[in-house]
Amino acid sequence: MAAEIVSGSGSILSVLASWTPYILKGFATNVFISIVSMALATVLGVLVGVGQVSTTRAVRAACWAFTNFFRNAPWLVVLFYCMLLLPFQFRIGGVVVAVPDWAKAILGIAVAASANMSDLVRGAIQSIPTGQWESAESLAFTRRQTLFLIILPQCIKRLLPPWMNLYALVMVSTPLCAIVGVNEIMTVAADILAANTRHDLLIPVYFYVLLLFFFYCYPISRITMRLERRFAVVG
Amino acid sequence: MTESIARWFQGLHERTGINLTVFYDSFDAARFVSGIATTIELAFLCVILSLVIGLAGVIVQGSPSRLLKFSVNCYIQFFRNTPSLIQLYFFYFGLGPLIAVSNANGQSVPLVSNFAWATICFSIYAGAFNIEIFRSGVEAVPRTTVEAAESLGYTRLGSYIHVILPLALRISFPAFSNNMVNLTKLTSVSYAIAVPEILYASSQIWSDALNVPEMMNIVLVSYVFIVSIFVYAMGRVEKALRLPGIGL
Repeated sequence: MAAEIVSGSGSILSVLASWTPYILKGFATNVFISIVSMALATVLGVLVGVGQVSTTRAVRAACWAFTNFFRNAPWLVVLFYCMLLLPFQFRIGGVVVAVPDWAKAILGIAVAASANMSDLVRGAIQSIPTGQWESAESLAFTRRQTLFLIILPQCIKRLLPPWMNLYALVMVSTPLCAIVGVNEIMTVAADILAANTRHDLLIPVYFYVLLLFFFYCYPISRITMRLERRFAVVG
Repeated sequence: MTESIARWFQGLHERTGINLTVFYDSFDAARFVSGIATTIELAFLCVILSLVIGLAGVIVQGSPSRLLKFSVNCYIQFFRNTPSLIQLYFFYFGLGPLIAVSNANGQSVPLVSNFAWATICFSIYAGAFNIEIFRSGVEAVPRTTVEAAESLGYTRLGSYIHVILPLALRISFPAFSNNMVNLTKLTSVSYAIAVPEILYASSQIWSDALNVPEMMNIVLVSYVFIVSIFVYAMGRVEKALRLPGIGL
């Protein structure tokens, strides 16, 4: 058994090497899904987060409910929800527009992540000293102007580290899309294993995929830590 | 009572087409309830195991040995920065077949079940976060307290167990409880290796009864409900652990 593994070790590397372009293509899909869904989540999260500090009670309640509901729901369940319940095509006028699977997956991840984003934004807004609001008011800024010209720009610096953390979280969640049937790196891994029908490939292939994610996410978490330390208020 | 509820939901199905089989079909109801029980069991075991891993890790990290510290750091960074789904596949499909025994008929049977693999995998994943969380708690314990414990003749391990960890745990409790909430949500990923938790049980129900929208809503609401109860419970624990006078 041991001799078998040792004798096959050279060919394992060559198998991995020959499949690398295909693996990287699958990984690129994950990166694409993560970037688009993070962009959507950021926009939605900022809107809902600002809504959470709105002066209108109904808006505040709705945004609070959205945030807390989706923060407490597992991402995989939200993904299933989007995947199974969104229509596979829309009819706009006479034109039928098909909705591809990956678009629904992106939406699912974006909704789940936007709840986290919304809470980050609310926290950042509330961490700005109230004196800023009062001085803006005394300078005759309207509430909207205060929010967009004074408060939110100050939030960006505080939001950057947790935002990057959230991006890393979105990235490591993208393989969940494979469960709901989107072609990405886990599908590629399954293809490789099916094409080779070798049991000794299981561990190397999955480990290879793990390493790819690690080398993508670890730098992000290092930069996040450094930013956190730099922005930390010395107290 | 239960019969009238069942009849009402059956009537609802006939009148409106909303097919909530879990409320009137005893077989589906049993599957769904056992799914909820599996999720809670899995989450509970993972919380306990990851807590143990976190505590052990933080004690090892405080040791003077550089090699030990380095290996714990490698473990933390590797598990934090890789997808838990692939970790689960790695454990279940990669390592699982290696740890197998032959049964009486000569077939190879995995020694560790899929439920156990899910428990192990999620505990290791959440444990990596716990070490980081507890470490920042340990760092927040005032130096003077640690020195006082030393001067009273505590050994390193003794001062950890009796002085530092009780304080550090309370400091890091909010972050810990947040991580445990994420862990509870993570248990749904074990769907991928067919652990019969809520999501998997429901997928079986909707394949039989073809009531995807109804079941999907029930799953979403059940998870939000379970997690909300968990959040509430963690809040109660935090209150119960509070030490008056230290500001914790």
